[in-house]
Amino acid sequence: MTDLAHIRNFSIVAHIDHGKSTLADRLIQFTGGLTTREMKDQVLDNMEIERERGITIKAQTVRLEYKAKNGETYTLNLMDTPGHVDFAYEVSRCLAACEGALLVVDASQGVEAQTLANVYQAIDMNLEIVPVLNKVDLPAAEPDRVKQQIEDVIGIDASDAIAISAKTGLNIEAVLEGVVTRLPAPKGKIGAPLKALLIDSWYDAYLGVVVLVRVIDGELNKGQKIRMMASGAAYQVERVGYFTPKQVLTDNLGPGEVGFITAQIKEVADTHIGDTITDDKKPADEALPGFKPAQQVVFCGLFPVDAAQFEDLRSALSRLHLNDASFTYEMETSAALGFGFRCGFLGLLHLEIIEERLEREFNLELIATAPSVIYRIHMTDGEVIELHNPADMPEVTKIEKIEEPWIRATVMVPDDYLGAVLKLCQDRRGEQIELTYAGNRAMVIYRLPLNEVVFDFYDRLKSVSRGYASFDYHLEGYHEGDLVKMSILVNEEPVDALSMIVNRQRAESRGRGMCEKLKDLIPRHLFKIPIQAAIGGKVIARETISALRKDVTAKCYGGDITRKRKLLDKQKEGKKKMRQFGKVDIPQEAFIAALKMDQD
Amino acid sequence: MTGFGLYIHWPFCAAKCPYCDFNSHVRPVIDETGWCDAIRTEMAHVAALQGDARPVVETIFFGGGTPSLTHGVSIAKILEQARRLWPWANDVEITLEANPASADASRFADYRAAGINRISLGIQALNDADLKFLGRLHNLAEAKAALALAQKTFDRVSLDLIYARPNQSVAAWKNELAEALAFDTSHLSLYQLTIEEKTRFATLYREGKFAIPDEDLAAALYEATQEITAAAGLPAYEVSNHARPGEEARHNLLYWRYGAYAGFGPGAHGRLELGGKRFASACERVPERWRERVARDGHGFVEWNEIAPADAAREHLLMNLRLVEGLDLGDYEKRWGTAPSPARIADLTSSGLVAFDGTRLRVTPAGMLVLNAVIAALID
Ligand SMILES: Nc1nc2c(ncn2[C@@H]2O[C@H](COP(=O)(O)OP(=O)(O)OP(=O)(O)O)[C@@H](O)[C@H]2O)c(=O)[nH]1
Ligand SMILES: C[S@@+](CC[C@H](N)C(=O)[O-])C[C@H]1O[C@@H](n2cnc3c(N)ncnc32)[C@H](O)[C@@H]1O
Ligand code: SF4
Ligand SMILES: [Mg+2]
Repeated sequence: MTDLAHIRNFSIVAHIDHGKSTLADRLIQFTGGLTTREMKDQVLDNMEIERERGITIKAQTVRLEYKAKNGETYTLNLMDTPGHVDFAYEVSRCLAACEGALLVVDASQGVEAQTLANVYQAIDMNLEIVPVLNKVDLPAAEPDRVKQQIEDVIGIDASDAIAISAKTGLNIEAVLEGVVTRLPAPKGKIGAPLKALLIDSWYDAYLGVVVLVRVIDGELNKGQKIRMMASGAAYQVERVGYFTPKQVLTDNLGPGEVGFITAQIKEVADTHIGDTITDDKKPADEALPGFKPAQQVVFCGLFPVDAAQFEDLRSALSRLHLNDASFTYEMETSAALGFGFRCGFLGLLHLEIIEERLEREFNLELIATAPSVIYRIHMTDGEVIELHNPADMPEVTKIEKIEEPWIRATVMVPDDYLGAVLKLCQDRRGEQIELTYAGNRAMVIYRLPLNEVVFDFYDRLKSVSRGYASFDYHLEGYHEGDLVKMSILVNEEPVDALSMIVNRQRAESRGRGMCEKLKDLIPRHLFKIPIQAAIGGKVIARETISALRKDVTAKCYGGDITRKRKLLDKQKEGKKKMRQFGKVDIPQEAFIAALKMDQD
Repeated sequence: MTGFGLYIHWPFCAAKCPYCDFNSHVRPVIDETGWCDAIRTEMAHVAALQGDARPVVETIFFGGGTPSLTHGVSIAKILEQARRLWPWANDVEITLEANPASADASRFADYRAAGINRISLGIQALNDADLKFLGRLHNLAEAKAALALAQKTFDRVSLDLIYARPNQSVAAWKNELAEALAFDTSHLSLYQLTIEEKTRFATLYREGKFAIPDEDLAAALYEATQEITAAAGLPAYEVSNHARPGEEARHNLLYWRYGAYAGFGPGAHGRLELGGKRFASACERVPERWRERVARDGHGFVEWNEIAPADAAREHLLMNLRLVEGLDLGDYEKRWGTAPSPARIADLTSSGLVAFDGTRLRVTPAGMLVLNAVIAALID
């Protein structure tokens, strides 16, 4: 157990890609947590998908031992957090377990939307903040300008901001000194009844369910009988330990300390993030406030390409869910796609990641349908329905009104692209709330319907701003909307998996966009294929895929037969990746790609 | 059944044409006798596999590469071996592919003496600019001279042209085709230029160095070809092959009717019937390696597999539908125990792409233009 005065708990927060994980690497390396040989770039990003995409998805906690310049040795608990908005809930849990935060800002880019979102969270939670200007090795770095920007936009003192390069290792010791001297030590009572915050939990193949905790008061010992205050369940602590990032076992954790326990917990779902862990016999009087559960905002259907894989998909979802309880799934059936699941995600990146993991780790081929938000349907008989799936839309005559979720979005963008960004927001039915400037960067706050954002808003934003705009949002509430169900008909037959709920004014342009996209996505057939978008019985957009004109091999003799047959067989394999609707084959990727709008 | 043929592959050319993906190689010196002997060895191997049940040879084809780089003696030696190993029909068709650049009078006379009775001449284009673009070693005058010589020496002559060339208009092709028909050969092979992978043209095309006709123009060129040749009395009997009735290439018909044939020489393929089963053979492609194998094993086969009936059925369908005469579905089903689904046939019939008269399934002229998709639909 470490005495409180020698503990510092801090999160590293930043906008995506500003170098949090790279800074964590340097801190681990400097304090000797890993040898140079054991080190690799963004060593804490250990999921395959994190490494491939170069982003952090899951927050990680590491304990470091640091001998400070004052001669004392400190125990530092570092939490590396994800920068992407979909995983903002990971940041908030980490912050709840810390007294301080390192606010990393890329000195060549400056303050971005998630910088703001994350730092405001930290300020709201009363954390001490140490600004760190990263990437000063880059020729484009402007540390002084960015310092000024931090003061102007965020309103915190940045005069003592530490200029570093996480890449070259410049000034890393200054960061550690800053942590020790500028962040407060945790408070806590050793003699009091155990009170520990359940920060996170996950499934480990060797250890089973692992629970990450921050002890507030009292002690957490090996063998101790504990109780989860919200769930009421009691367990016997089996192992106690921490990560350096290597897993180290110990006997107990004291106040202010962060570490993990295992306690023969069967499923991750049995643990509640934000729950308070206490002693079974000598419980604390009062639980910690806990967190709001992570909220799924985007829903889509996932169907196996090969209908025979439905059971495999079910078991894959349940196994993946053991590890990531932040998505939901329930069975659904589609006339077009057969049996599948309607799944809820924290955002589109989360959707993409889960889909990719299902395909990769469980060897499945999936069709994902149009992402949708939750609509609230007020029926004429007074009932209120939450609609997750456009296919379930009740009869129009029985609907009194439909409400849709709105968000409050913050966009930061250089002046040059402001016009394009405002147009984009406006086209997506946005309502401007605020427009302020910091230097040549504008900060715009908009209210936007989530269904206009869910699909490709982020892609569009990046494209109209050449990558310079950043974006953050949170859910704001439900408002009535003029919403209709738009169906897509391929060769005169409605394809339910392509239907969507849209704003009436936007329906025509959405419909036209979808038809045009589908025209490119569906290969030409031997006959011409009409594609239509319709509301009720009324066609609002139409395209035609012309029939194949010429497709014949000029030469084919005795030597070509095997090759030709194999080519045909390959084509047939390729066809398996398509779904048949009547006589038309639609490629699986079309279901998502059809929704991407090239322009508004 | 559908007869038996021999294919002999001569893998050498004087230069590699930029569009060509055939198994052809350029070598400074060629030990012609050595190669012929190796081919003869491989022939004996196949005959041995067939044992006592040696089928009657009906057609023989010397293809390449450029078999007209060989001398009459080599052809004679190979044909002599074929006579020794198999019974022959009375009227064996023996074709040799010739390049205008390597055609001379004494050589043609020797071929004829050796037994060749049909020549397929690779002219490819009837103007010098396009011949140059196609990387051919001959010019138009040489092509005409070679053709005249061939027609003087042999009763049956066919010529090859490649059309749908860059910037070729329908009108220009019509004129060129009329010129070709004026030569009055009884057979024409008219291929639309195909950009084959791993050729020089593939690279140049990818780099945008030239363009080829788009689908609409290609279709128009094809349709014009059908019309003109039919009017001239040489209608298409296969996608790219036209003949005066009765003058079809019997050897190639054998491929399209999915008969049996043995393939000898580097990269040659065969389809053999042994004990009621169908086998596929494929020879090593690289000439020198093929020869090493023959020296070591007596043959250059790198593949020798029984073809599963389901695979054979698909091969048969995809070959046979190339023929205007179509496919006898009753025979087909008897042979392979499977047939294209009647629903699919009905579907394609209603779209005017195939026609079924109760016996034969034929691809219509409209269907021929999209034959690959028609076949895919029928096989599915
Ligand atoms: N030049 C330079 N590049 C850096 C520096 N620090 C990080 N990078 C690079 O910036 C990119 C993003 O770094 P990460 O550490 O993954 O950023 P992150 O903030 O953890 O990103 P997320 O977890 O996805 O939000 C990587 O390519 C790093 O190599 C630095 O000091 N200088
Ligand atoms: C085995 S090849 C050539 C025989 C002989 N070596 C010659 O070039 O004259 C048979 C024919 O296929 C045709 N051909 C070859 N490659 C082609 C391509 N890429 N596109 C269209 N036709 C092609 C040519 O007309 C050629 O004459
Ligand atoms: S001469 Fe014939 S086989 Fe040889 S490279 Fe040219 S087209 Fe191909
Ligand atoms: Mg990271």
